Amino acid sequence: MSETRFKTLRDVPLEEYLAPGNPLCAGCGATPVLRMFLKALEGRAVFVNAAGCFTLLHVYPYTPFKSSWMYTAFASAPAGAQGIRDALDILIEKGKIQPEEDIKVVCFTGDGAAYDIGLQSTSGAIERGLDFYYLVYDNEAYSNTGFQKSGATPYAASTATTLPTKLQREGHTGSKKDLFEIWRSHKPPYVATIAPSHIVDMLRKIESASKYRGPKLFISFTPCPTGWYHDTSESIRISKLAVECGVWPLKEAIYGEVKHTYTPRVLKPVEEYLKTQGRYKHLFHPQRQEHVIKAIQENIYQYWRRVAETEKLDIIIPSV
Amino acid sequence: MRDVKTVTSNVSAVEMMRVEMLTGNVAAAWAARLADVDYIPAYPITPQTEIIETLAKWIGEGVMKAKLVQLESEHSMLTAAGTASLTGARVFTATSSQGLFYGFEMLYNISGWRAPLVLVNVSRGVAAPVTLEPDHNDVLAARDSGFLQFHAETCQDVLDLVLLAYRVSEDRRVRLPSIVNMDGFYLSFTREPVHLPSQETVEEFLPPYIPTLPFRASRPVVKGASVLGGHIYTYFKHNIHESMRRAIEVFEEASKHYAELTGRVHEPVEGFKLEDAEYVLVMSNSFTTMGKRAVLRLRERGVPAGLVKIVMYRPFPSAQLAELLKNRKAVAVLDQNISLGMGGIMYQEVAGALYHQRNRPEKLMSVIGGLGGKYISLEEFEYVFNVLQHPEGRDPSTPLFLFRKDELEGVRKALGLAGLGGG
Ligand code: SF4
Repeated sequence: MSETRFKTLRDVPLEEYLAPGNPLCAGCGATPVLRMFLKALEGRAVFVNAAGCFTLLHVYPYTPFKSSWMYTAFASAPAGAQGIRDALDILIEKGKIQPEEDIKVVCFTGDGAAYDIGLQSTSGAIERGLDFYYLVYDNEAYSNTGFQKSGATPYAASTATTLPTKLQREGHTGSKKDLFEIWRSHKPPYVATIAPSHIVDMLRKIESASKYRGPKLFISFTPCPTGWYHDTSESIRISKLAVECGVWPLKEAIYGEVKHTYTPRVLKPVEEYLKTQGRYKHLFHPQRQEHVIKAIQENIYQYWRRVAETEKLDIIIPSV
Repeated sequence: MRDVKTVTSNVSAVEMMRVEMLTGNVAAAWAARLADVDYIPAYPITPQTEIIETLAKWIGEGVMKAKLVQLESEHSMLTAAGTASLTGARVFTATSSQGLFYGFEMLYNISGWRAPLVLVNVSRGVAAPVTLEPDHNDVLAARDSGFLQFHAETCQDVLDLVLLAYRVSEDRRVRLPSIVNMDGFYLSFTREPVHLPSQETVEEFLPPYIPTLPFRASRPVVKGASVLGGHIYTYFKHNIHESMRRAIEVFEEASKHYAELTGRVHEPVEGFKLEDAEYVLVMSNSFTTMGKRAVLRLRERGVPAGLVKIVMYRPFPSAQLAELLKNRKAVAVLDQNISLGMGGIMYQEVAGALYHQRNRPEKLMSVIGGLGGKYISLEEFEYVFNVLQHPEGRDPSTPLFLFRKDELEGVRKALGLAGLGGG
């Protein structure tokens, strides 16, 4: 990422493609990410959506969008992207439309679609080498239906279907799928994680991905005040904490080669992150569930120890 | 093409046409080729697979300019078909049975998007039990989806109906997708002589597809937006319904043009030996050929028998059907499907179409046969006409199931081998 037009926040393009005022929650972590994607792609894109919160971005006859949009279905947004991409290609090839009319195709879904019901369709699109972007806003649950657990829900999170009870005190007993690795195993040209608190990192990644033909996949950390139970003003701070505590590593993989794009010098204790959200409240009240907090922490340290070793990173990891 | 004999027709057609011996599957592929389709999203399933294999071969050889992409499921296949159509490509796709069901929710989306693609369904019974041979429970499940439906009796019909389907679907007064149905095995793998219209003829018949507000850089557009409020939802659904109803006259108009160019006439419902017919059988798809033979045999014996074939199943040509059936003594509707717990699906619709007619037939009987490709013999057809003439003692409220003694024997034997029924 040596030559980039994004060095500081000052380099964020001024042109807006997402009008203020839409039916989504205030403080939603996905809105700034979508806004940046639109800026980076200069609005010349069609966003292919699957069922989720952002499906309600367009409620007939209103739209806050200055770009194109296609709502498909829950399971098949990548296939919807395939149809548009292929049609544009063949119509240009047959001389039925001008090449200037070409647009980029972006699949834009939540984690329910990306991690669960649409995973098969995504796998197919990557295997076929479809030239598209996939942006998943990962708020770690099915929030549009009232915050039930998804394949992206992390261990110990409380959701509408993994409520902490006397019998199951830690909440969700499973752990989050590693979508980055699932995608990476297909060896697409570009996979990255991003976060709304790290705009420059995000813009650089979109810029860097744009150089490649084929699948370009992004997983965005997405604070969700409605499901995570935090104040709407806290979203960006929580995103920053997730990165600083090592919960959400910022990384990219080019043709499968992983590189972390931001390394916290000292990992902050995960507790700082957990305490910001109501979905982890049961870990601290009425009693502290020490073993659960420790397990979460150890998991993070393990991850970073491995990364520090393979990527030769200078990072201070306390021992638990 | 291997195995395919090419001859020049000297029949009295309007133009000189090539006649080839084609399976229903290859006839469908030819229709797509002649229609100069741009995009073919595909997924294999028996008995449809030969269609996509044929198209893939032609594209590979460069005799056809289109993009064929094999998706990872029918759900994805139909999604890609829909969005490609909205982008301005003429889209062709095909499936069968389980595949149609796997992609089912997309059918409603595609019609709601007003994407005028053509889907060929090669009928096959629906699991469980899993089978390969045809009945119409697969295609009829899609009857409420907003797809026009055309049902083919012959391989020639397959070709003609696909071309007609594009013309009607893409017409601005309709702008809805179509399903063209053919029976698995009986048509899909059976060679029949098929007249192939020339490319010029098809071009004259089928104007280029002009999409409505496709995805282009110069003009952002939102498609598939959600609606809140039943009134807006109702408006859009009613809108589709109206376009659907208009499709009958658009089809008749297109069909007239097609007949001028090719000499072949297709109607939403077609009568056979109806002039003075008192006993009429209503049916559809490939077994109709057998039904017609039965009618001819009965005619030889002086029975005033006739037949009505339903070609267009959606929109349902109620008025045309009622017109053909008025004043008949007794009518049987043969359903190659079963709405479990109710009976024949088409029977209900025919009954509904006749209810308000003044001179509706005196008797209307439901017959169910041909499930899972079970053969319907001439004797069974004759039996149906026999019951129509002598209904005494039969409860008209229950369907007549066609099942032969020898078939029952076969079932008994199988049950015995399975250790059931005591042999
Ligand atoms: S529920 Fe969460 S993810 Fe959905 S719009 Fe609201 S804040 Fe965003």
